[in-house]
Amino acid sequence: MTTPASFLTEEMRQQAIGQKSEPKSIDVEKGAIIKFAQAIEDDNPVFNDEMAARESRYGGLIAPPTFLRSVGVDRPAFPYDVPFNRMLDGGSDWEYFHPVRAGDRITAISEIEDVNERIGRMGLMIITTIKVTYRNQFDQVAATQTSTSIRY
Amino acid sequence: MANQVYWDDVQEGMELPDLVKNPTTQQLVKYAGASGDYYQIHYDQTYARNNNLEDVILHGALKNAFLGHLVTKWMGPDGELKRLVCQYRGMDIPGTPVTIKGVVTKKYQDKGTNLVDCEIWLQNEKGEKTTPGSATVALPSR
Repeated sequence: MTTPASFLTEEMRQQAIGQKSEPKSIDVEKGAIIKFAQAIEDDNPVFNDEMAARESRYGGLIAPPTFLRSVGVDRPAFPYDVPFNRMLDGGSDWEYFHPVRAGDRITAISEIEDVNERIGRMGLMIITTIKVTYRNQFDQVAATQTSTSIRY
Repeated sequence: MANQVYWDDVQEGMELPDLVKNPTTQQLVKYAGASGDYYQIHYDQTYARNNNLEDVILHGALKNAFLGHLVTKWMGPDGELKRLVCQYRGMDIPGTPVTIKGVVTKKYQDKGTNLVDCEIWLQNEKGEKTTPGSATVALPSR
């Protein structure tokens, strides 16, 4: 298959930027935090041991920094077909504002911040920057996660 | 508090204690379950090979979690993680150890908060930085 020399127009970029996903909510369960900490093999008591975590400044279990991925928010849909089937995750930039505690209800929404194209080793690539905002039940932003994905 | 690092004692160029992980296919399955990421390239070897991979590969997000582990362990119970950045540059396969490392690049204050920036990365047995990144933490002072 020959890849086209160009796909995105400026108009298409502007149509995509600002597109949002549906909100996705989860209740942060103690067991889910502990299972996540065990899976990443992080034995920090604030992620694993309720009694020890109560003695910490958080007063109870909190989630490890990347736990919020398990919310599983959808990607925002593009308002048109993007004819590239393969996708790579380029990385993440997390900013933290409030700890995520056992018992919190977290609601996540993802939004397309930017989209560009570039010619790389694998031909034409579409590079999308998506920002996920995670809010708690008090409507505080607990964290944001800005990720880059590459379609080719 | 045990193992608390204080902002006063941190110097630019200081290394964070290494963290060594030995990810196995079992860990990838546990991570898939805990995170909800069931993409088959992380546990189904046939699927991975049909996708031009030599083997199943570590979830990028698991490596992101390892970098978080490095920093939250070092900053101690009264440290606060403000920012965690990583880029997936290379793939890692289970069955070989990875080392997670960091070095303090900047020590500064902002609006009364004592902050430290670190360069962090995950490297493979050949010493290749497959997952570079950075972190910002707030630390208590003495």
